Amino acid sequence: MNSFPLKIVTPDGLQYDGQAEELIVRTTSGDVGILAGHINCVAPLGMGRAMIVSNGEKRCAACIGGMLSVVSGEVNLVPTTFEWADKIDVDRADASADRARKVLADKGATAADIRIAEARLKRALIRKNVAAQI
Amino acid sequence: MAGVSTKEIANRIRSMESTKQITKAMEMVAASKLRRAQAQVLNSRPYFEILYSTINDIVESNRDFSSPYFANRETKRTLFIVIAGDRGLAGGYNSNVLKLCYGEMQGKDVSVLPIGKKAVDFFKARKLPLLTESYYEAEDVSVGDCFTVAKMLCKAYRAGEFDEIRIGYTNFVSVLSQTPATMKLLPLERADNSEQKGTSDICYEPDSISVFESIIPEYLGGIIYGALCESRAAEQAARRTAMDSATQNAEEMIADLSLKFNRARQAAITQEITEIVAGA
Repeated sequence: MNSFPLKIVTPDGLQYDGQAEELIVRTTSGDVGILAGHINCVAPLGMGRAMIVSNGEKRCAACIGGMLSVVSGEVNLVPTTFEWADKIDVDRADASADRARKVLADKGATAADIRIAEARLKRALIRKNVAAQI
Repeated sequence: MAGVSTKEIANRIRSMESTKQITKAMEMVAASKLRRAQAQVLNSRPYFEILYSTINDIVESNRDFSSPYFANRETKRTLFIVIAGDRGLAGGYNSNVLKLCYGEMQGKDVSVLPIGKKAVDFFKARKLPLLTESYYEAEDVSVGDCFTVAKMLCKAYRAGEFDEIRIGYTNFVSVLSQTPATMKLLPLERADNSEQKGTSDICYEPDSISVFESIIPEYLGGIIYGALCESRAAEQAARRTAMDSATQNAEEMIADLSLKFNRARQAAITQEITEIVAGA
């Protein structure tokens, strides 16, 4: 299978730099799969699972926010957070989900609090989901 | 008479010693903070660079200028994001970046978004309109804050409150060299006015307007965060260097004063002996 150069960077550092055969990420308009020879493309990322196939090996990660760009065959994934499935702290995600649920259950919470809690709950659930899939 | 002068000198030596201890301690603190900040810069630099070059690539090969971020409207009001430190005693760090930005602001209608206590105080004293003072502590600003600021700025930009956004920060070149710089963030425009490089169209998913709408705040937030990391490392490096030379100066002065002190003491002893011998 043909491969393409892929770079994944977050504010915390370079997460991946090398060749890959396939990349599947969740964009704001649904999952997008990238193979070698993709046309130039830009898409904002949603919240979800990212899957990378390199040397026939599958790796999953939780990938949230940011953008995906394909320019002349080079693929750059620039997410806000990107965590490989085996590095996800499930306990932390659990705690975060619990905290968010408490806020959502609280009737006195403001709209802004609820929005933040919803986003937090969603992130936590994605992390747990991805971590469970190794 | 000689007695008084030795006492004076001894006092000065003592005060110099304590100053030296303070500068030495500050240098050590800065050195350890620098190590952390340096690691952060090295980690975030690829993000900063790839984000910047990706957006540049998109701008270079873009042919769809319907997004408001491309609109080349007349620049009436410019917003300056200026990142400086929270504390002084960092050599020229604060004044360099503030002067550079202040120079660029001349003759323009500007608003300032200062980050760091020194920047807030500087622009307040010059009575420039400040967008917010809530980023008083540059050290406490997190990635999340950067993205919040970016979202707010994008909204204001689209609403037409500003027609240009620039950022002033300090580049951490090395431990010994830091250079202040400014950069234009919005509107997006091609680096040179040459012919379009890429002829291929870009496929936007779902469409160009909503792509830019969600990508540009991310881009802005990422760049602000990167600039902040650079500035923080530069501040610690500048402080370390400044305190290092202050310690050295203190050491030199102490050596100088000790010599004077010993001479004065010897002179006093000689005088006393002469008096005793003369009296006998």
